[in-house]
Amino acid sequence: MSNAKFKLSNLYLIAVFIVLYAPIAYLMIYSFNSGGTMQGFEGFTLEHYSEVLQDTRLLIIVLNTFIIALLSAAIATIIGVFGAIAIHFLRSKSKTTLLTLNNVLIVSPDVIIGASFLILFTIVGIQLGFTSVLLSHIAFSIPIVVVMVLPKLQEMNNSLIDAARDLGASPWHVISRVILPYIKPGIYAGFFMALTYSLDDFAVTFFVTGNGYSTLAVEIYSRARQGVSLSINALSTLIFLFTIVLVIGYYYIERRNQRPANGGAQG
Amino acid sequence: MKQLTRIFLLIFIASFALIYLVNMLNRSEGYAGNNTITIYNWGDYIDPELIERFEEESGLKVIYQTFDSNEAMMTKIKQGGTTFDISIPSEYAIEKMKDENLLLPIDHSKVPNLQYIDQRFLDLSFDEGNEYSIPYFWGTVGVVYHPDLVGDLTFDSWDDLWDEQLKNNIFLLDGAREVIGMGLNSLGYSLNDTNEEHLQEALQKLSTLTPNVKAIVGDEIKMLMAGEEAAAALVWSGDAAEIMWENEALEYIVPSEGSNLWFDNMVIPSTARNIDGAHQFINFMLDPEVAAQNTEYVGYSTPNAAALELLDEEISGDERFYPDEELTARLEVYENLGPRMLSHYNDLFLEFKMHRK
Amino acid sequence: MEARTRTIYLIPYFMWLVLFVVAPILLIVYYSFFNVEGQFTFANYEKFFTPVYMKMTLSSFWYALLITFFSLAVAYPTAYLLTKTKHKALWLLLIILPSWINLLLKAYAFIGIFGTYGIVNALFEVVGIGNQQILFTDFSFVFVSVYIFIPFMILPIYNALEKMNPSLIYAARDLGASSWVTFRKVIFPLTLDGVKAGCIAVFIPALSLFMLTRLIAGNRVITLGTAIEQHFLVTEDWGMGATIAVFLIIIMALVMGLLGLRKRGLDLVKR
Repeated sequence: MSNAKFKLSNLYLIAVFIVLYAPIAYLMIYSFNSGGTMQGFEGFTLEHYSEVLQDTRLLIIVLNTFIIALLSAAIATIIGVFGAIAIHFLRSKSKTTLLTLNNVLIVSPDVIIGASFLILFTIVGIQLGFTSVLLSHIAFSIPIVVVMVLPKLQEMNNSLIDAARDLGASPWHVISRVILPYIKPGIYAGFFMALTYSLDDFAVTFFVTGNGYSTLAVEIYSRARQGVSLSINALSTLIFLFTIVLVIGYYYIERRNQRPANGGAQG
Repeated sequence: MKQLTRIFLLIFIASFALIYLVNMLNRSEGYAGNNTITIYNWGDYIDPELIERFEEESGLKVIYQTFDSNEAMMTKIKQGGTTFDISIPSEYAIEKMKDENLLLPIDHSKVPNLQYIDQRFLDLSFDEGNEYSIPYFWGTVGVVYHPDLVGDLTFDSWDDLWDEQLKNNIFLLDGAREVIGMGLNSLGYSLNDTNEEHLQEALQKLSTLTPNVKAIVGDEIKMLMAGEEAAAALVWSGDAAEIMWENEALEYIVPSEGSNLWFDNMVIPSTARNIDGAHQFINFMLDPEVAAQNTEYVGYSTPNAAALELLDEEISGDERFYPDEELTARLEVYENLGPRMLSHYNDLFLEFKMHRK
Repeated sequence: MEARTRTIYLIPYFMWLVLFVVAPILLIVYYSFFNVEGQFTFANYEKFFTPVYMKMTLSSFWYALLITFFSLAVAYPTAYLLTKTKHKALWLLLIILPSWINLLLKAYAFIGIFGTYGIVNALFEVVGIGNQQILFTDFSFVFVSVYIFIPFMILPIYNALEKMNPSLIYAARDLGASSWVTFRKVIFPLTLDGVKAGCIAVFIPALSLFMLTRLIAGNRVITLGTAIEQHFLVTEDWGMGATIAVFLIIIMALVMGLLGLRKRGLDLVKR
């Protein structure tokens, strides 16, 4: 690649990243504004941060958000992975039907999902709160996991499984020793995406929550009536920096681990 | 496989540890147990200091949850599965909730402070005898504007909003009743009009407003107007008070053709668990000193006569927010038009929104 | 795999499918036959074919197409260049990361950035373009929507590019193809599945965008999603909301069938 071209392509990427991070930088800068609104920077202050750290209710909500995200993503991943394996071994006709049904939730607007889940919980008689929110998050995460895992299954060579079975492996052994290790990257990707969706979801949670139970997105929405209070900016800044450190840290640890192990499907 | 199992186990253990932590926090904050009262209110519609004071005085712990529209609130309560002890809907919602048996009657002997409420705001058509609701705040719908940006317009008449000077320079609040009602009012009709010809006429007139409308927005309207993004806006008086608190250059007026008079009242939803606590809370909020402090914080007009006397002349004498008898006579409360008519209003509003500049 | 064991693994997934997919769809269809007063009626379907809703459907399509087009135009080169970077996995993660920040907060940030007294307009003043209305225009709506959707376009394209066998490109080069020809004849066709998946992942959610239509477009753009939200949350006309939802589901099935993605497990992602 010639030097000029290299620079141009770098420039393009830099521009994309600048635009992607501009609003976030904007939020972060204003989290230090003593003016109290996101208009007109008046002076530097850390008061919004101390506000966040003193607000126990906010802390509870943040923890709730993480609990829901982790639990729902984990449970959805388990159900989704087995669902994907089952779908993979179906005949192609029923497979198409199942896949179409699977994708319905991915492409439905959140409002429809939220409203129909609300009706559903009412009919079944589930109290609105932790349980209803957790169930909904599991429900809308499952198809995403399936969609992330299926391509990996398709890549897999079926002769591997046949070989394992010829050697007398039980179905459970085939799954745990052959299939799962092979589709591991897909499983992680599915978990990761489910986590993203759960953390990001506002509309579905808004419908199915109640009794004082709240997640961060819903809380932000109700606090936003006044124009967003800057303590929310401060909180977002903290969470964002935390995740960035986590992601970069994870990336380097992963790279260090990978080098000696050199890939390979060890379970 | 081992690695997968380990990671997922770790996630579950971490989640349960977090759940334990949250429970501990909830308990230390008093959010768990029977000594709580759950309030379901609009966002930022009460002075948080007063909640603390109520907690101290009553020994109850307040759980505060917010809604952003009467309809969202009603849906939640109607679906059951929630236990809100207090809610603060607007008058037309109260009428509807009453019809659907979503409210519990209020025991007036437990709220002696009711005596401080101005007689004008009691025994109104939406809840005769205040059987189910106690006034919290009230207000009007009008125009908030920046005097330097609107030339010689005074907005004494709704028609000023149609003026060519305001091209692409006004905001409307995102409410079907408010906007269609403004159209009806500007033609001299009642904002509860159900005559199809009048409604079509109003829609016609509103469609000629389109070139002036910069945007139809929700709660952001406060931030946007305070930031002078437009010269004028159709708003609730409560929002206007908040906008003018942020930006003192702005003015508020209720046009003379008439407008809407609205009430937000405290009610006890049928799903309430701590009914006694709910009465305590209502009585507490009616205390003149408490109501005065709350009025200063929220900035809306208080129906509490005794509280009004405690307030600064600057607030209580402000005719923009406490209009005189003459103007009040021209204000109308939204009547419950029934679901079919309401949905027609919404269709008309949708049609108005679809008009392209 | 034997049928019996397969059934066992299918049970939780199947339960989910019945409870959270089939049941809600049936509920939506059921509700679409009732009017506000709870009477059985076909009026909602008639209403959908009135000019107001037809216009809304068309404009939803138009904006969704615009958003998909611009997302693709920005995402393809980005994904391509990302695969050429040194720490590509890390950069990809960093592309996805902004979507973890609450949408509402980002929307408010954009209101600040695009406002009359915002940064962009301040910049315009300095450059001499003068103050422009950016907020509440088609431009700001499409821009912010593309901003929101772009990671979900980049992801599948990036995956497709990664899967591609590089020797194919070398072969094309060896045979004397120019960069452009290589791209057109080799790279693009091989990544077509990724492009399709990305387009679906953007187009369908774009049809049903809400919130941004109010915050960024000031209700000057009404999408099908906005109408559904209004009917469910504001007007309580669940029947009409459900009817629009039924059409949205039909449109979704049509689009997916049209792009022929059913035969493969697609790596598509919502929003």
